[in-house]
Amino acid sequence: MAARENAEQKKVSKREETDEVLEEPGASAASTQEKEALDEDVDSILDEIDGVLEENAEDFVKSFVQKGGQ
Amino acid sequence: MGLETEYGITVPGYPTMNAMVTSSQIVNAYAHLLSAPGATKPRWDYDEESPLRDARGYDMTRAEADPSQLTDEDLGLANVILPNGARLYVDHAHPEYSTPEVTNPKDAVLWDRAGVDIMNAASSAAAAVPGGANIVLYKNNTDNKGASYGCHENYLMRRATAFSEVVRHLTPFFISRQVFTGAGRLGIGQDGRTPRYQLSQRADFFEVEVGLETTLKRPIINTRDEPHADPEKYRRLHVIVGDANLSDTATYLKMGTTAIVLSMIEDGFLGPLDAMPLEPVAEMHRVSHDIELQHEIALSGGRRWTAVQMQQEFLERAWEYCDSRWGSQYDEQTKDVLTKWGAHLDALATDPSSVSDTVDWVAKLGLLEGYVRRDDLAWDDARLALVDLQYADIRPDKGLAARLEQRGRLQRMFDDAAVQQARDNPPTDTRAYFRGRCMSQYPETVAAASWDSVVFDLPERDTLLRVPTLEPTRGTKDHVGDLLDASTDAGALIDALTEG
Repeated sequence: MAARENAEQKKVSKREETDEVLEEPGASAASTQEKEALDEDVDSILDEIDGVLEENAEDFVKSFVQKGGQ
Repeated sequence: MGLETEYGITVPGYPTMNAMVTSSQIVNAYAHLLSAPGATKPRWDYDEESPLRDARGYDMTRAEADPSQLTDEDLGLANVILPNGARLYVDHAHPEYSTPEVTNPKDAVLWDRAGVDIMNAASSAAAAVPGGANIVLYKNNTDNKGASYGCHENYLMRRATAFSEVVRHLTPFFISRQVFTGAGRLGIGQDGRTPRYQLSQRADFFEVEVGLETTLKRPIINTRDEPHADPEKYRRLHVIVGDANLSDTATYLKMGTTAIVLSMIEDGFLGPLDAMPLEPVAEMHRVSHDIELQHEIALSGGRRWTAVQMQQEFLERAWEYCDSRWGSQYDEQTKDVLTKWGAHLDALATDPSSVSDTVDWVAKLGLLEGYVRRDDLAWDDARLALVDLQYADIRPDKGLAARLEQRGRLQRMFDDAAVQQARDNPPTDTRAYFRGRCMSQYPETVAAASWDSVVFDLPERDTLLRVPTLEPTRGTKDHVGDLLDASTDAGALIDALTEG
């Protein structure tokens, strides 16, 4: 419960920070830096996912054929 | 309320495997896990005319059978009631888990999660049988080749509520709630041919506004009227538009906000709100196809609202409604739902990426965009389609949503211990408590069970004894907990019930 509230607060403050940054001069440099940090973060997730993705993506996706349900 | 989820099913490397056979293997493997060694019992032959027809299939003999011995004529029968009060069975060509009846969205999330656990345990058990197949299950709603299967919500409503009011208010609510309930899909159209991303797995499969069907010509508002309870008092609103969510918070908001809107409809609180789109079905598709969340839905009188704005209208009235109903004595969970609903709408209006740890379509989009950027992939690359699919793989080691959870990138509402508890025990505050306790306490004497009955076959009696459970709020721990504790066998329970 507490953890989720913190997460909500974090989200709000993250948004506020972004707004402030945008108003300052030199904001584009700061946001480029921020974006790079974000990309690195996503890349580390992708690296992990690379290791678990099924092989032969095309065949795998093609062979996932379902009968309709409700 | 409750949730029923049909899982996608495949055996990698064997695309021609009969899905009805593999679905039956899943159900029977779990039934086998549950049954005590040697607990066999003559099979009950149900008469076609029997009122118990819905409940047929609980059968220890079948549970004991090796799944590989199943023949075609057995297939329709894989159907078990679990000790947590849930139902696990084969529906069409998918294994389906229906949660026990619960009273609040948090419990809906918990027992839905228990279903994922059960499916994983069943899949492992099926693979462990000599010659058993390696069955992989997906909590999604389409194969992206034209087939869709559902994740249905059920809500208990007062029979007296005019259905026209349900249609008038729920239609715009369902069209716009996709902004936080969508599980994300790479592919537009029923066959997913156009390689663009959209909010919802299900939206493109809806073709009409109101109707009875669930498998073709799917309607936004489903009119199936099968209350599984006292029909004079209750209607069971069967909601078929929803996506199967991997994110706990998405399920929580989906169930919580819908329940609040239904309460407002029952109490006539939404009367003046006129949010009905001019073209409901087309708007359902357009909202889903617009990941920028800028599309304006055309309403009567020339007004236009984005989906987020429409949700904000509902939210505003929900706060007013709850204030007028509870004043300062708010139910904690209702307040929590309203607060998170508002926080999500604000986030979606300003920076959707800030809810990547609670909204499935945002989480998945983050992964897809990451691949596009890092590996310079085109949107029709098969690897992206695989990411879309594997997001919903329920195995803890292979599923991408599961991996995001393990990294803390997707929020969980319950830890493993709580989910384990819900896998083996029923909720305490609905009739599912009575059903679940009977299943775990008297497995040898329960001949059958369904949502509205438990049927006993007592050795000392010639006939079956049917205990009706038509009132969903009875049979709770408060009502029958002591009685069940004191009844060492089913005979004692029946004696006590009939005395009372």
